[in-house]
Parts: sequence; C-alpha cells; structure tokens
Amino acid sequence: MRKCSLSAINSIFEEIAKNTMLFLPVDNKDGKAEYKKWQEGFLLSEKLNTVKSPKEFLFPQTENLMEFKTSGKNIEIIDTRTAKEDFVVFGVRACDAKAFDILDKVFLTEPRDSYYASCREHGTIITLACNKPSETCFCSAFGIDPANPMGDVSAWKTENEMFFEANTEKGEKFIELIKNLTEKTDNKEVKKQKEKISNIMKKLPLANLSTEKFGGGKTKELFDAPEWAELSSTCLGCGTCTFVCPTCQCYDIKDFNTGKGVIRFRCWDSCMYSNFTLMAHGNNRNSQKERFRQRFMHKLVYFPENNDGTFGCVGCGRCLSRCPISMNIVKVMKKLGGKTND
Amino acid sequence: MQKITTDALVQKAVELLNNNTVSYVLGWKKGEFDYDITPYVFKDEKTLKEEFIYSDFCGVNLSKYLVAKTKELAGKILVFLKPCDTYSFNQLLTEHRFNREKVYAIGIPCEGMLDIDKIKLNLEGISSIVETKEGVKVNTLDDKTIELEKQAILLEKCKNCKSKKHYAYDELLGEEGDVLDNNRFDEVAKLESMTAEERFEFWQSQLSKCIRCNACRDACPACTCEKCVFDNPNSGIENKSPANSFEEKLFHIIRAFHVAGRCTDCGECSRACPQNIPLHLLNRKFIKDINEHYGEFQAGLEVGQRGPLVSYTTEDVEPSDVFNKGE
Amino acid sequence: MQITEHKPLIVAFCCNWCSYAGADLAGNNRLNYPADVKIIRVPCSCRVNPMFVLRAFQKGADGVIICGCHPGDCHYTSGNYYARRRMAMLFSMLDYLGIERERTRVEWVSAAEGAKFSATMNDFVEKVTKLGKNKRLEDLRCKK
Repeated sequence: MRKCSLSAINSIFEEIAKNTMLFLPVDNKDGKAEYKKWQEGFLLSEKLNTVKSPKEFLFPQTENLMEFKTSGKNIEIIDTRTAKEDFVVFGVRACDAKAFDILDKVFLTEPRDSYYASCREHGTIITLACNKPSETCFCSAFGIDPANPMGDVSAWKTENEMFFEANTEKGEKFIELIKNLTEKTDNKEVKKQKEKISNIMKKLPLANLSTEKFGGGKTKELFDAPEWAELSSTCLGCGTCTFVCPTCQCYDIKDFNTGKGVIRFRCWDSCMYSNFTLMAHGNNRNSQKERFRQRFMHKLVYFPENNDGTFGCVGCGRCLSRCPISMNIVKVMKKLGGKTND
Repeated sequence: MQKITTDALVQKAVELLNNNTVSYVLGWKKGEFDYDITPYVFKDEKTLKEEFIYSDFCGVNLSKYLVAKTKELAGKILVFLKPCDTYSFNQLLTEHRFNREKVYAIGIPCEGMLDIDKIKLNLEGISSIVETKEGVKVNTLDDKTIELEKQAILLEKCKNCKSKKHYAYDELLGEEGDVLDNNRFDEVAKLESMTAEERFEFWQSQLSKCIRCNACRDACPACTCEKCVFDNPNSGIENKSPANSFEEKLFHIIRAFHVAGRCTDCGECSRACPQNIPLHLLNRKFIKDINEHYGEFQAGLEVGQRGPLVSYTTEDVEPSDVFNKGE
Repeated sequence: MQITEHKPLIVAFCCNWCSYAGADLAGNNRLNYPADVKIIRVPCSCRVNPMFVLRAFQKGADGVIICGCHPGDCHYTSGNYYARRRMAMLFSMLDYLGIERERTRVEWVSAAEGAKFSATMNDFVEKVTKLGKNKRLEDLRCKK
C-alpha cells in the first residue's frame, strides 16, 4: 500500500495525464459531478457520485461500427476503428466498478465484443472508497462493500491523505508510475477509514433491503405478479433510469444515411421505449407494464439466472434520484416481497 | 394563504370515494424518503389514508395522466390540480385528449414546489426533510441539521410562478389565488441580448448534455402524440441517442416547435431533465415571441382556445422583421 | 493548387403556384441567378415543415429560403399566412440558438416576378457566401 498527502493529489493527476488520458469526476456548472478529461486546475469532486455512470468509457452511448460506400454495384465496407489510446479513470465508486464486471459478463463472453474489449484493455480503473454513502445507496444488498472497491487500483481518502493499493497487473503499473510521488505505508489508517464507512453503511435507510425473493429460477413466481400493473401504472416510459444506469447494456444497431454512404452505429437503447426490440411483426411488449417488468425482471431474475446468481443491479441509487416520477428498483423490490428486517 | 394539509385532501377523497362520486383518485404517494414522491392511482380508503401525501415535493403535474387513465379505467377519476396544472388540464381538453365527463377535478393551492437536486447541492445523505415556515430543515444521516430558505430551493418552474389561480376545477379546496406578476421572460431576454456567438455557445454547452432519455417529452403534458416521430422508425428521423450536436438540436428545436402555442409553461420539461438543461427557456422563447408578435396568449386559459400557430391575421409580421426588434 | 472560394449550397423551397413559376419566368427571361440555388418544389409554402429546413441544413445546406405567393394570393387561400407565422417562429428560434439569421429567409414571389426571384436569389447567395460554411447547424457525418 502507498500513500500521498491530499495536497499532492494534483501532482499525481498531472503525472498520470502526462502519459495517458485521465478522466475523473469534477463538479460541473450545475454543481453536479461529471467525468471529465483532466486539465490543469480540475479538482476531484467531493460529491458521492456522478449523474452519468462511467460505463460510457467502455460502452459509449453511440459508437460507429463501420461504414459502407457504394459505387455502381460495389459495396465497400470500411472498418472505422482507430487505434485506441490508453486511459485512466480515477475515482470510480465500488458500485460502478462492480458494474464493469457485469458488463464484462455480457460483452466479453463468446462471441466477444471487440469494440468493448478494446476499451476494456486500454482502460485502467482506479476506484475510490465512499466516505459518505448516501440515503439512496443500497449496494450492500448486492454484496458490494463501498469500503473495499475493486478495479485495477483501490484508493481510500482520509482527512489528509490518499491511499493506493494495486489489485491487478495494470494496477501495479499505475502504482509504479506514481511511485516517486507516494510513499510506502501500512494499512492501519485505511482500516480505520473502512470501519468508519461500515458504521455509516449500517445506518443507511436501505441497508436491509433484501434480494431473497429474487434471483435465477424466480421467473414463474414473479412474471405474473399482480403488482407489476400497479408499480408501472404511472411510469412515463422515458429512458432516464436506463441511461443513467451503470449496468444497463442493451443497445440498438442503426444505419445512418449520410447521402454519400452509410454509417452503421450502435447506440444505447432502453427497454422503456415503445420501439425497443421492434421487429418486422411489431413489438413483443406492447404496454408500459410489460416494458417496465422487463427492466426489473432482467436485473433481478433473468440476469442472475444466466450469470451464476449475479444480479444486474449494483445499488448505485442513480435511478432513485433521477427518475422524474420517483419510481425505482427499490420500490419494486420492496413491493414484490424483498422485506426489510426492521 | 392557509396551507392545505394532506389530511384535508385525504378526507375529501375518501368522502368522494365513499359516496360513489368517483372510483379512483389520482394523487401523490409517499415513497422511501421525504422527497421521493410518485404519482399514483388510489382505489381504496385504506391506501389513501396510509400513503397519500401532498407536500412541497409534489411537483409532478398530474393532468397528463388523465389521457391514459380515462381510457384505461372504467369509473370516474378524482384528480388534484395545482394552479399551473389546471392550464395543462384545459389545454388537453382543448385538444380533445380526454373525456371531461370522466374526471372530477379538485383545485388545490400550491406555494411553490421544491427541487431535491438543489437541496442536495448543499448536502448529501439526507435522513429527513421537515417543512418550516421559511423553508425546510434538512437532517442528515450523520445527525447534522441545516435550514434552507424556500426561495433558494424552489423548482425552476416555481421560481417564476405565473399564477396561483385555478382555471379549471369542479371544486376548489383552500383559497383561490391570483395571477402573479412574474419575470419569467427575463432569462430569455438576457439570452436575446447576447451576440449570436454567445447564444450559440450557451445552447451548445447546454444541449450537449442531453442524453436523449426523452424525459422532457414524456413528462410534457403537451406531448401526447400516440406515436412520436422520434420513436417512429418510418419517420426518417427516429433516433435513440444524441449521435452528434446536430441531433441534439434537431430534437429540442422540433419538440419545442411542436408544443409552441400549446405549451402552458408548466415547466415539467426542466423538472424532468436529469441533466439540468433549461429546456423551459426554449418554450418561453416561443411564448415570448408569440406574445410580442401575435398578441398576448396563454395556452390553457379556457377550453376551446384557438392556438396562435393555427390561426393568422393578414397583417402578421413578416419573418424578416421578427429579428429587427430593438435594433 | 488554387484555393477556390467557398461555394454555398442554398435550398429554396418554392411554392408550385407562384414562386416556382416565378423561377421559370426568370429562366425564360434569361435573368441570371446563381446555380448554387437548388429549388425544391412544394405545393404551397405552408407545406414546409420545420423539419424540412433543419434537414436541409443537416444534409449540407448553407442557407434555406422559402418562397411563396404574396400574402392574400395563396392558391389555397390561406396557406402562406400559416407559413408566415410558422417560419417567423422557427427562424426566430434558430436565431435564438445562435444560428446566423442571414442563413434563413422567407420571400413572397409571384408568378410574374421573375426579376424579383433572380434579384432575391442573387442577394441571398451573396449574403450566405459572406457567412461562409454552415458550422453551427451541421451534421459532420454528412460532410465526409
């Protein structure tokens, strides 16, 4: 484990930025945290988390896949991929880091998604423990400990210092890079910080949210539950929850006619949209109830069923704070039987 | 003005349910936290008594739900309308979007709704929010308390409230308010006085935040098309993401234009936006232009109004002259 | 290689009954107007949906002009009155978003005004040429 004083953190950013692109959460004009490319003068945000999740670094909202050019009867297919540069994302929270593992399960199992894989290879993820988890946090329900974030390097912030520990080979390389700016230390301080965080976690209003009623094999039990109609009755059908979600991974592939050729791109899609998975015969989910159910069944039942019990939610709480009508996964879990123990 | 209590509304709703005037109650339901309030269709006395709430966080405009709910539900629906919601209510009726016979509307007073985002700019980790005379008292998870003044944490749409007067109801609870003097066009005028470059910079930086979640559209009471062009693969402009800066502008210009003359300035678009884009400034620009060139017009004042963009006079201003004001 | 002056692309929506005939008359009378103007014939100026204007800019137009019958002379009685309100609002909005106001225009040109058509187009092309390329309402994907 290595440490540096908080006053030295900007020189560390400077050092990283010399070698690779560095992204970190900074406060934007609206006073909210947003991942931005580091520049001189940017300060690490004090906010708990960003409005948009860092999944964009691995799975951008729109990504060109290829281009077509036609001349006469010939179609030329152009690979538009350019060599990816290395990048570092600093200050990723434990929930968002876990979300990367979930995305990995989708994109890196065969057939491997080469676009995603190349982003994953070039990115180094430096996580930061949450010193002040908030009322919207329920990561513990999914077995995530905000005091022990994963990623290539884990970092902890105490009152005056920042601590770093490498978890992977990439992480070791990063530690090597900032070696001269940090010093070796034991984990006493970090241990104290972890305890502090654990104490806060116990007090959170959603600390006892249970996932007992969910998981693989629960499809029959939950699919026709009468509660879905009531839960979805005022859902607007917008895509806010899916687009701020760190684990939502559905996308659509579309062609754009430029007038001189065609660009084939993929973009995030939302199961809340009426044209989600639209097929020639029409749509297989015609009501908002069905679309709403799809989103939560996917996260809480279908995904764990296909991925050894891993839930498709990390409890980051973004949907709780961003939904225009405050309907969210916690309400769904509680209503469908995830009892709290209090 | 006497503040209306949740209990008074519940009492009224229960009374109307029990004497069979209505079968459903469209209102707001308590959530996990004090600010976490969801629109909900209540069907029985028990749920109403336990879960109905009317507080400073009931910003959601319920009138749009009537379009779907009057079709979906068989009986009469009681709906609670804040003053600004009544404008949307009338506008929807003007456009024949729901059957008035199936609705029992109760006007309720509103003293401005609060923006939880603005509260969270001051602190994170909220355990409870208590309303006080001047604003709110916020208690945090680490047992701190801060007090915030109401004016500083009002929703964008409530900061320049245009009216406390109800324009549609079957029954009014509490006192009737007045149409207010307001400065809602000040920000538009400020933008107008900038240079084209500055305006471009401003909107470019704002609209580039758009994630195309469509929350603005889906929350908007004027956006009630059965199938939006932006969702229709046959329209040629369907797009699920803001692929570039053109797409961002296209969506917001077309959306604002489509509701021009119909927008009541209820401000739901800006409230719903997860990225804090001041979308109401687009709608207000249209309202301001319409007021200046075609005479004062407020959508939703009465049922059956003819909108300014579906009428004309032979003496209308020439498009080239709209730019020339004040220059 | 010699650097050539920027040639703008202008899209002109012309109503079938007046302005399109006006353009015809300009041609018959051998009145010049720049070849940069691409005319799209529409049944009435009122047919022009705001989306058409934006789409023209997206696909590479540097300026968009809408021509219709003089107010009061609409073949369909009142189409151009509606168009006048709509385009006034749309162009004012584009201006509000910082798009140069000289890039958009509405002109009333009758079937007898070949000379006005030619003069209008010459003037419009000149103004748009001065502004240079449309950068603020462009879609880079279409420029490749």
